[in-house]
Amino acid sequence: MGDFVLDFPLCCLGVGKSAVVKSLSAHGALRRRLSDIGVVEGATVKCVGRSPLGDPAAYLVRGAVIAIRDCDSRSVTVEVCSVL
Amino acid sequence: MNNNSFDKTIALAGNPNVGKSTVFNALTGLHQHTGNWAGKTVETASGFFKTKAFSYRLVDIPGTYSLIAHSAEEEAARDYICFGKADAAVVVCDATCLERGLNLVLQVMEICPKTLVCVNMLDEAKRAGIKIDLKLLEKELGVPVAGITAHKKRTLKILTDRLDELCFSEAPKHPRKLKYIKPLEAAVRITAKVIEHELSLELPEIGIPAEWAALRLIDGTMINEISERCKRSGRNILENSAISEALAQSKKLLSDNGITEDILQDKIVGCIYENAEEICKKTVTMPPREASKADRILTSRAFGFPIMILMLLVVFWITIIGANYPSEYLGIALFWLGDRIGELFEMINAPDWLSGIIVDGAYRVLAWVVSVMLPPMAIFFPLFTLLEDLGYLPRVAYNLDKPFHKCSACGKQALCMCMGFGCNAAGVTGARIIDSRRERLIAILTNSLVPCNGRFPMILALISAFFVSGAKGSGILESLLSAVIFTAVIVLGIMMTFLTSKILAKTLLKGEPSSFTLELPPFRKPQIGKILIRSCLDRTVFVLGRAVAVAAPAGAVIWLLANISVFGNTLLSYITGFFEPFGQLIGMDGAIITAFLLGIPANEIVIPLIVMIYEQSGVIAEISTEQLYELFTQNGWTVITAICVIIFTLFHFPCSTTLLTIKKEAGGWKWAALAFFIPLIIGVAFCLVINLFSMMFTMA
Repeated sequence: MGDFVLDFPLCCLGVGKSAVVKSLSAHGALRRRLSDIGVVEGATVKCVGRSPLGDPAAYLVRGAVIAIRDCDSRSVTVEVCSVL
Repeated sequence: MNNNSFDKTIALAGNPNVGKSTVFNALTGLHQHTGNWAGKTVETASGFFKTKAFSYRLVDIPGTYSLIAHSAEEEAARDYICFGKADAAVVVCDATCLERGLNLVLQVMEICPKTLVCVNMLDEAKRAGIKIDLKLLEKELGVPVAGITAHKKRTLKILTDRLDELCFSEAPKHPRKLKYIKPLEAAVRITAKVIEHELSLELPEIGIPAEWAALRLIDGTMINEISERCKRSGRNILENSAISEALAQSKKLLSDNGITEDILQDKIVGCIYENAEEICKKTVTMPPREASKADRILTSRAFGFPIMILMLLVVFWITIIGANYPSEYLGIALFWLGDRIGELFEMINAPDWLSGIIVDGAYRVLAWVVSVMLPPMAIFFPLFTLLEDLGYLPRVAYNLDKPFHKCSACGKQALCMCMGFGCNAAGVTGARIIDSRRERLIAILTNSLVPCNGRFPMILALISAFFVSGAKGSGILESLLSAVIFTAVIVLGIMMTFLTSKILAKTLLKGEPSSFTLELPPFRKPQIGKILIRSCLDRTVFVLGRAVAVAAPAGAVIWLLANISVFGNTLLSYITGFFEPFGQLIGMDGAIITAFLLGIPANEIVIPLIVMIYEQSGVIAEISTEQLYELFTQNGWTVITAICVIIFTLFHFPCSTTLLTIKKEAGGWKWAALAFFIPLIIGVAFCLVINLFSMMFTMA
């Protein structure tokens, strides 16, 4: 783990990059849906692709690939460690 | 033990799309429709099966990620597992995605210690380089684990053997307990102790563990359900002062530790996942997973859309080429048989009206339905099922989500739309995978804008009769041209789906698009043999059945109408005459409109009915594209007529089965009526414009 840690919304995670979920600011149904599929604090998320029109993006979460729209993944704050 | 014909009831649970339905079908021999996407099982089904020693009732529960429910299906799943009184639970997990499966397993184990973990799709995991130590997993979980590959029958024996062991011996002694963060564990202990003490007599009857009940009372997710259960056993826990006191104490302990009510749920979910992660770290080794090569191409910016269209084109092309010969031979055979039946009627001196109704009416329409409509269906459906099994459909939804999002609809609507190609009624039912009611209604109302299996052979027949007969001599070129035109027609249907969705979202069904998460499962090797047999037989039997039930009586009715005269004219001519002006206005004629109306029970019979009506002025000898073309042009068809009929086939009213399904799914005749008129208005408008334009040109 490096010392330099950056926080940013999940939708800005580049294709092929991984990050760790820091917090969720979504409410209601979206929050539950995200936690169902394993997007909870501490989970590692990797962006594995984007759909042809740029949105949604596909994320690898706990062994499954899940498509999430940018407007939804914006509510997930992730941190990326520079050394990882 | 129960006194019924089965010994034990087993709840079959699992995440969506882990092969639960395949396990269910393999064990019970029933045919739940399976497909490679999340959310196929929309209702609980139950079936029976026997092992060497015992007999079981197996209840298939809708797929769910967790027992913390938010949709109606998940609630049904949760309630069955929590209160369904099954003797044991089997939780199916996907070996390629074990961590998420364990998330559910651990929650089920909290309530039901008699749990069997069924790790499915070991073959795929192996192919992906994933290794799972099943023995260690069993040790970690403290409940039996069976590793299987559901579509390989012999591996199921492992499952049934373990099930026999589990059901007819003592409950597992040390099932793993979920570890929560310390303050939460302490809080649960306080309340659980009091519950145990207060309800010591009733707890076994209520059938839920005290700790689980305590946790649910603290996090507040199932207060009503639990109190309801307790009331049935004669206790009111909500008014029990000792329990209330303990609960308050527990909550205070939590808030003292900084765990407020609004983050409690998150902490619980996080803890469960941490447990699952911990187990997986020990038992699973996997190479880093990337998007597969296939995915990178199929969903790429450059190729995503071209491949989708190409895929459609190829599927239709194969259908057209493949259907040509069987159609021709079936036609010849059936017409030959018809002549013989006619002779038989003559031989036994049957009255003319009898042979008219049966041979010229019922039999001929039947022969047309079987020879023209059946072969394309029998080819298209397996091809479509193949794409479905492979896992391509979720990619279509992924590619098309943005346009659907722009229309304030859900990307999963693309899945319903694809199912609509098979059968609109199935597409409407499939809309249940959409969580938001508003978006679900949009998907339901627009589903019949793509042609189902019953309608597209009709469009194909017209295309080959009117648009490609010029390219004669080269069969391949001809069929390719047909496929291109047909794909264009389909694309028109898809465009109208978008447009109509958008209009609905701006008017009747206003609202913000809801959140969207869609799982992209790994591509799976389709079970080709099974697909061929199942979809061919199912489809063939189904279509033949419907054809007999609908086409034959309709043919008889037409014959009667055409042969009963009132005031010098036949009844049929009155009816077609009545619709003639409207038909002419939209580029068609009275006979066509009459056929469409009579075809409401099954669209398959529309073309045969048109033929029937025209034949009253001269019976044609055989079934072929050329004869069809000749018959139609003799009755005043032009290219414009053909275009209008094709458009009208694409956009008119759904068949009666679909309408009934819409009524049921959307909850009211109001929606069925809307679904009836929306495509009808689109179709009439299109045809009217086409007809007016062509008239302007021919006049000028």
